[in-house]
Amino acid sequence: MAQNKKQALTLRVNGQDHQLEILPWVSLLDALRDRIHLTGTKKGCDHGQCGACTVLVDGKRTLSCLTLAVMKEGSEITTIEGISKDGKLHPVQQAFIDHDAFQCGYCTPGQICSAVGLLSENRAESREEVQELMSGNLCRCGANRGIINAVMAVKENKAYE
Amino acid sequence: MNNFAYSKAADVNDAVSQTSSATDNKIIAGGTNIIDLLKYFVTEADTLVDINQIKEAKGITELPDGGLRLGALHTNADTAYNPLVEERYPLLSKAILAGASAQIRNMATNGGNLLQRTRCYYFYDIHTPCNKREPGSGCSAIQGYNRIHAILGHSEDCIAVFPSDMCVALTALDALINITGTDGERTLAFADFHRLPGDTPHLDNNLRKGEVITSINLPGRAFNKNFSYLKLRDRSSYSFALISVASAFDLENNIIKESRIALGGVAHKPWRSKEAEDFLMNKEANEQHFAAAADIILKGAEGFEHNNFKVELAKKAIIRNCLMALDPKSQRPGAKPSL
Repeated sequence: MAQNKKQALTLRVNGQDHQLEILPWVSLLDALRDRIHLTGTKKGCDHGQCGACTVLVDGKRTLSCLTLAVMKEGSEITTIEGISKDGKLHPVQQAFIDHDAFQCGYCTPGQICSAVGLLSENRAESREEVQELMSGNLCRCGANRGIINAVMAVKENKAYE
Repeated sequence: MNNFAYSKAADVNDAVSQTSSATDNKIIAGGTNIIDLLKYFVTEADTLVDINQIKEAKGITELPDGGLRLGALHTNADTAYNPLVEERYPLLSKAILAGASAQIRNMATNGGNLLQRTRCYYFYDIHTPCNKREPGSGCSAIQGYNRIHAILGHSEDCIAVFPSDMCVALTALDALINITGTDGERTLAFADFHRLPGDTPHLDNNLRKGEVITSINLPGRAFNKNFSYLKLRDRSSYSFALISVASAFDLENNIIKESRIALGGVAHKPWRSKEAEDFLMNKEANEQHFAAAADIILKGAEGFEHNNFKVELAKKAIIRNCLMALDPKSQRPGAKPSL
C-alpha cells in the first residue's frame, strides 16, 4: 500500500546497517548527511548538475541528490568515508594529494567517488576518454587538470596499486 | 517536493492499475528527471509508483530477426556497454554515451529516457508562463531567451525541444516501443511516439494514462559499418545538444543503398526526413550530396532571435557527420566533431 508517512528502512552504508524512519521524499543525500551524519558527501546543486553528491551504490557511481532513500533498501552504499580501508588511503585519494587535484575541496568527495567508479567500470583508456567520463563532476576552482592527472596516474602508475 | 506517497509495483499489471486510477500517481524508475521536476514543483504526484522490481521490463534479449529487445528498466549505461548493442548498434551506443554524465547514465533507464521532459528554461521556472507546464498560460520562450529552442516543427504555442540523444539514434534505427496498458499490449513505431507541439504542447508523446513502456525493439537492420553520432553543445561535455545528428549508411562501392539521418536538439521530437533519405538513394556518398540532403531536411527551418544560428549549424553538422560516418573511427569521445 502507498503511504506518505515515515517508513522503516534499513540503509547499508560503508558496511554498516542503519535503521531509519524516513519520509518518502527524502533524498539519499539528505538521509546520509542529516540522518546518518556522514557529511563527507556534499550538496552542491541538488539537481544532478554538479556531481558533488556522487556516492557508489552497489559499486556504481550514483547521484545521491536524485535518489530517494526509500528506493535503496538492500543496496550497498559507499560514501567518501568508506573509500579508505584499514586506515590506509585509497590510491585515488593518495593520487589527489600527490597531483594537487583540489583547491577548496568541496567537489573532492564526489570527484573521488566518481573516479573510483570510473576505474572499476574500466571504460576509459586515453586521457580524452577519462576527461569525458569524469565530466559529470564539476570543479569551480578549476583543478580539473590535477584531477585528470590524478586519475591517469592511478591508471598508469604501479605505485598506486 | 510535494508530500507524495511511495509504493512498489509488483509487476506490469500492478503498475498499470496503480497509475490508471483517478489519482495523480506517477511512475518512478531511475528518477533522474522526475525527482528534479518534483524538486522544482514543475510536477507533483499523489504516489510515486516504483517499477524497478518488474522483471518483464529488465534485461536485453535477442529477437528472431537478428534484432534486440531492450528492457525499459535496463539502464542507459548497461545498454550502451552491452556487447550485443556495441557490436550491432554502435550508433545507439555512441548516442547514449553522448548524453548526460556517467552517473546519470548509471541511474537512468531506457524507458525513462523516452519520457524525459524538455529542458526549456521557462518550463522549469514555475514563475513564468509556459503552455507545456500550464496550458493556455502562453510561451515565454518565443519572445524570450531561446538559444536552445526549436528550428523545426514548432508552433505559436511552444518552441521547446526534446532533449534526448538516445532517442535520436532510436529514431534513425526505426525502433519499436512496446507498451502495456489497461487494454493490454500495443506497439508503436518510434516516429509515432513523440509529438509535435501544435496547440497541445502539454502532451510530449502518445502514451495514455496508465500505460507503461516495457521494452524497445531494435529491428535486425543494424547499420554497424558506416555510422556516426555528432553532438554540438555549449560545453564540450555534459550539456544538452544545440544540434545533434545520427547518420548511418548502407554502402556498396561508395554508392548509398540506404541512409538514415536523424537530428536532435532541433524540434519537439527527433527529426527525420524520408524525402532526404530517398534523395540519397543510389547516389555517391560525398559532400555535395550530403549538402543537398541537408537542405531537404532543413526545408522550412526557422529560428528565433537567439537561435537563428542553428539553421546553418545544423546544415554543417549534417554534412560533417555524414562524412564522419564514412570513416566511423574518426568519432571521438563525447560525440565531438572529428579532428
